[in-house]
Amino acid sequence: MMNWNLYSRGDKFFAIMVSIMVGMFTVATLYPFIYIAAVSFSSGFAAQAGKVVITPIDATLEAYGYIIVDPQFWISYRNTFIYTIGGTIMSLAFIIPGAYALSRRQLKGRRFFNLFIAFTMWFNAGLIPFFLNMRDLNLLDSMFGIILAFAVNAFNIILLRNFFESIPQSFEEAARMDGANDFQVLWKVYVPLSKPAIATITLFCIVSRWNGFFWAMVLLQSEDKIPLQVFLRHTIAQLSDDDEFAILQTEAAFSAETVTAAIIVCSIIPVLIVYPFIQKYFEKGILLGGVKE
Amino acid sequence: MVDRNSDVGGIPIEEVVVEAKEALRDRAKTYTPDTSWTRMVDHFKREWQLYAMLAPTIIWFVVFLYKPMYGLQIAFKDYSIFRGVSGSPWIGFEHFEVLFNNDQFIRAFWNTIKISALNLIFGFPAPIILALMFNEILNARFKKTTQTIVYLPHFISSVIIAGIVITAFAPTGGIVNIILGWFGIDSIYFLTRPEWFRPIFVGTGIWQEAGFGSIVFLAAIAGVNPSLYESAVVDGANRWQMMWKITLPSILPTILIMLIIRIGNIMEVSFELVILLYQPATYETADVVNTWIYRQGLQSGQYDLAAAAGLFNALVAFVLVMTANTLSRRYSRTSLW
Repeated sequence: MMNWNLYSRGDKFFAIMVSIMVGMFTVATLYPFIYIAAVSFSSGFAAQAGKVVITPIDATLEAYGYIIVDPQFWISYRNTFIYTIGGTIMSLAFIIPGAYALSRRQLKGRRFFNLFIAFTMWFNAGLIPFFLNMRDLNLLDSMFGIILAFAVNAFNIILLRNFFESIPQSFEEAARMDGANDFQVLWKVYVPLSKPAIATITLFCIVSRWNGFFWAMVLLQSEDKIPLQVFLRHTIAQLSDDDEFAILQTEAAFSAETVTAAIIVCSIIPVLIVYPFIQKYFEKGILLGGVKE
Repeated sequence: MVDRNSDVGGIPIEEVVVEAKEALRDRAKTYTPDTSWTRMVDHFKREWQLYAMLAPTIIWFVVFLYKPMYGLQIAFKDYSIFRGVSGSPWIGFEHFEVLFNNDQFIRAFWNTIKISALNLIFGFPAPIILALMFNEILNARFKKTTQTIVYLPHFISSVIIAGIVITAFAPTGGIVNIILGWFGIDSIYFLTRPEWFRPIFVGTGIWQEAGFGSIVFLAAIAGVNPSLYESAVVDGANRWQMMWKITLPSILPTILIMLIIRIGNIMEVSFELVILLYQPATYETADVVNTWIYRQGLQSGQYDLAAAAGLFNALVAFVLVMTANTLSRRYSRTSLW
């Protein structure tokens, strides 16, 4: 970078203006989160009267009290962990060996298999045939169905295959001399050398599982199987037009707004905890998946 | 020449020759290095582990992605759950005729295009501008902190994003209406107003994705040759000029590729967020093809008609993606895949 002291007055002005604009965009990004947190800690009355702007008004934990006694909240929280951990392990179990095989030159029909996988990025059957297929497979309302049916996608396989291909052959030769087979070469040579790429894919899997909503809503009917996002959606929809709740909240210190906000805060917290650890990977990761044959 | 009268170890030469010929013929039967069949067998014996590793993935693709493609034939059938995909009778293009005469579907199609166009016009330049601005920030700590924050919304689920939007735009107590109130503007129930849906939707998209989208452009900027800036400084150029004359032209290939990808994805409006934000009052501007398919197919059970709409959508998307890839190959000499 350039030295500040060498900057002309015009350049200094420009740099300061840019910093202010970036600062404003950052505040605009952050503000909704602060606002939601403030609403979640405010009294229902203050939130409805439009008094909450940046700090909690009539600070109270009533909204949190309302959700933590709801067993459904904890069930769906647990389910989200099951889907995230189970789904990510399932994905890696498919993707790592699959990508390794596809990266090997001696694999017969390699071009065909690559095309077979890449084609699904260009064309997919759409919502209805996918849904009917899940029904035919008896995977409706099944936790295992959710974990299995979204385990693989072409993009992640291609990303890892590209990374494997970029590893020089010489790395595995020593292992081959010792009589290692493909499983051993993959596990002892390729996996350790591909940590950044595997970390990136793990990150993509975790994020999409944690946030997964649409198919969980469509495929799962039982309340004891739904993930947090579906529960959150039910609650938001329910609170905004539930007469029973309206009666309830006149006597309580919480409202539909504060309860919604409290659930949002609860489901963001794990993301915020993990975020600093994953940040160093996704900047690299997004570029790994970039332009390459 | 062979002397016919000589013998080999007491055996007449003719017999030896016959025997040798037979032996050769036998060997030719078992030892056939050039036929592809034995080579295949050898290959699979040696490399079976690779195929064992690949098999689960291939089977997964067949079961979860290719089998539904077979199921797409219901777009041309009078599908009933009891007869199943193969048992239902063919009816040709009837569903497509219904589809193209269905005002709601046509509306959903154009809404998809319009929302994508707005995304392209406003959403596409945002990460580029942001990346250019990040590049001008000298204070490393400030840069790192702001980047960390603006990447964050990308990792938040659309349910939460929708929850935030619903809370912030609420008619009473929502922050947007509070601010409007300061200027003496009456409260607006934004989410029931068709004219507000697209601005809110596209704005939300920019808020969520502009930061994360800037990573690609920042990487491109990092690859610009520093000597270009050095000679520009010698020539007395200021930062503003360098941004326009060096940085921007240098990252133009990346911009072009990202633009082509965006055009290829025009049919892919993030319908999850639409489902979470729209309501019957705003269908007029908010309903996109995938939300229409969701209502017709998964909610009303008209699977065959909805599958036809899905097939139409997929074909349009396929043509767009293929065109985009061809263009990218031409301009960047690398295809996207």
